[in-house]
Amino acid sequence: MAAVDDLQFEEFGDVATSLAANPDATTINIEGPGETPKRLGPPRGSGREEDDELLGNDDSDKTELLAGQKKSSPFWTFEYYQTFFDVDTYQVFDRIKGSLLPIPGKNFVRLYIRSNPDLYGPFWICATLVFAIAISGNLSNFLIHLGEKTYHYVPEFRKVSIAATIIYAYAWLVPFALWGFLLWRNSKVMNIVSYSFLEIVCVYGYSLFIYIPTAILWIIPQKAVRWILVMMALGISGSVLAMTFWPAVREDNRRVALATIVTIVLLHTLLSVGCLAYFFDAPELDHLPTTAVVPNQTVVAAKSS
Amino acid sequence: MAEAAESPGEPGTTSPRPLFAGLSDISISQDIPVEGEITIPMRSRIREFDSSTLNESVQNTIMRDLKAVGKKFMHVLYPRKSNTLLRDWDLWGPLVLCVTLALMLQRGSADSENDGGPQFAEVFVIIWFGAVTITLNSKLLGGNISFFQSLCVLGYCILPLTVALLVCRLVLLAKPGPINFIVRLFVVIMMFAWSIVASTAFLADSQPPNRKALAVYPVFLFYFVISWMILTFTP
Repeated sequence: MAAVDDLQFEEFGDVATSLAANPDATTINIEGPGETPKRLGPPRGSGREEDDELLGNDDSDKTELLAGQKKSSPFWTFEYYQTFFDVDTYQVFDRIKGSLLPIPGKNFVRLYIRSNPDLYGPFWICATLVFAIAISGNLSNFLIHLGEKTYHYVPEFRKVSIAATIIYAYAWLVPFALWGFLLWRNSKVMNIVSYSFLEIVCVYGYSLFIYIPTAILWIIPQKAVRWILVMMALGISGSVLAMTFWPAVREDNRRVALATIVTIVLLHTLLSVGCLAYFFDAPELDHLPTTAVVPNQTVVAAKSS
Repeated sequence: MAEAAESPGEPGTTSPRPLFAGLSDISISQDIPVEGEITIPMRSRIREFDSSTLNESVQNTIMRDLKAVGKKFMHVLYPRKSNTLLRDWDLWGPLVLCVTLALMLQRGSADSENDGGPQFAEVFVIIWFGAVTITLNSKLLGGNISFFQSLCVLGYCILPLTVALLVCRLVLLAKPGPINFIVRLFVVIMMFAWSIVASTAFLADSQPPNRKALAVYPVFLFYFVISWMILTFTP
């Protein structure tokens, strides 16, 4: 007769702890292909080779075998999208650092992304940038019009949605257009370097990171300071983009290659100057808002009477 | 049963036996009764009460739910490492807090300005879609928290910010000026820090250790945006 205790469910705990307790027991490994490198393999980062030896050679064998089968889940499963978020904290920090320090000769994609493009960085950097621009614009307008009696502070919430549309459209449509263009040129001219769509999205996303501190510093109501900041930010992120995409168009016709790089930088300039002009009021034009507010008040007075 | 007990225990076998070799020899004979009690702990009591909740008074039902919600509010106000918020999740608290926040933050519909504070729907959508996005992000990074548990925690941790909004509204009744603003700023910053601490206490454990910062940063952004909306609220 079976006792009550024998039929209780038992927690066996982790695979590792069970193996430690009973090393001779046989185990069946039924994990999916994308999960094993995450849990058992060493982190796939730059300059972590000493971890390979410390953790044993069988783990690195497994990661090499399974590295080619990374994205094998069909696109309607959740696991497919999990492969795009397969980054650790230090990897995200490394990529952000790489976008801030463009070194000539070092390709951002080859050095940092290394065929593991992620969507975490682009998505959350764009979200932070949207709120940084909206909030800084609001703050800077408030500080500029601080002394005026006729100025009534409004939070200008509508601008958040406008900023979100602009930034997310730039971060996704421009890479899509660039990817299509590079694909078309690849069919005509054999290029050594070709990037996937996600890698281009990744580069664009991380290159926008420099604009977050720039947007915060744009609160300073000096025109010269703002334009210097624009130049610096444009220089850094533009050079990251140019140095990433120059190898992809290098073998092409000289004019086409130059035109592509110039277009990339031009669009980037348009984004930064446009954001500065739209979200941040010019500091010297203090008298304009008073004349704009007065007609509003007369209109309101006419409506209420 | 006797055959199964003896077959794996033979000592000194030189040839390696195949795995589970003795399994096919086991037979449950007819005269050995198999009986006993299968009990699943922690579940049987709920099943017993199922039929009787129909017969209890309405006040009992409502009070039970209210007590559960109130207990979770207490857990948010004094964040300790407890599992109550995660195990028995419910979305009543988040709904009440979100509606309160949205009602108090909305600008009047008779406003002639185009740009003003958020509408009711905008606040509602920001809170719920923000919480859903953070939950999706945390699950995509490999966290083992369920969807509604995460929504529950994020919603309940808005409580300090709702308290901050109430305090701000009261402070705004006084004379406007820089002291007014500094008091409001201080209150909002304190409640923002409290929200972050409370939600990280519950959410950080569910993430793999090398991705904790990646999962916590969106929570920080979410509460920062809500705090900004509270701070810039002008009636």
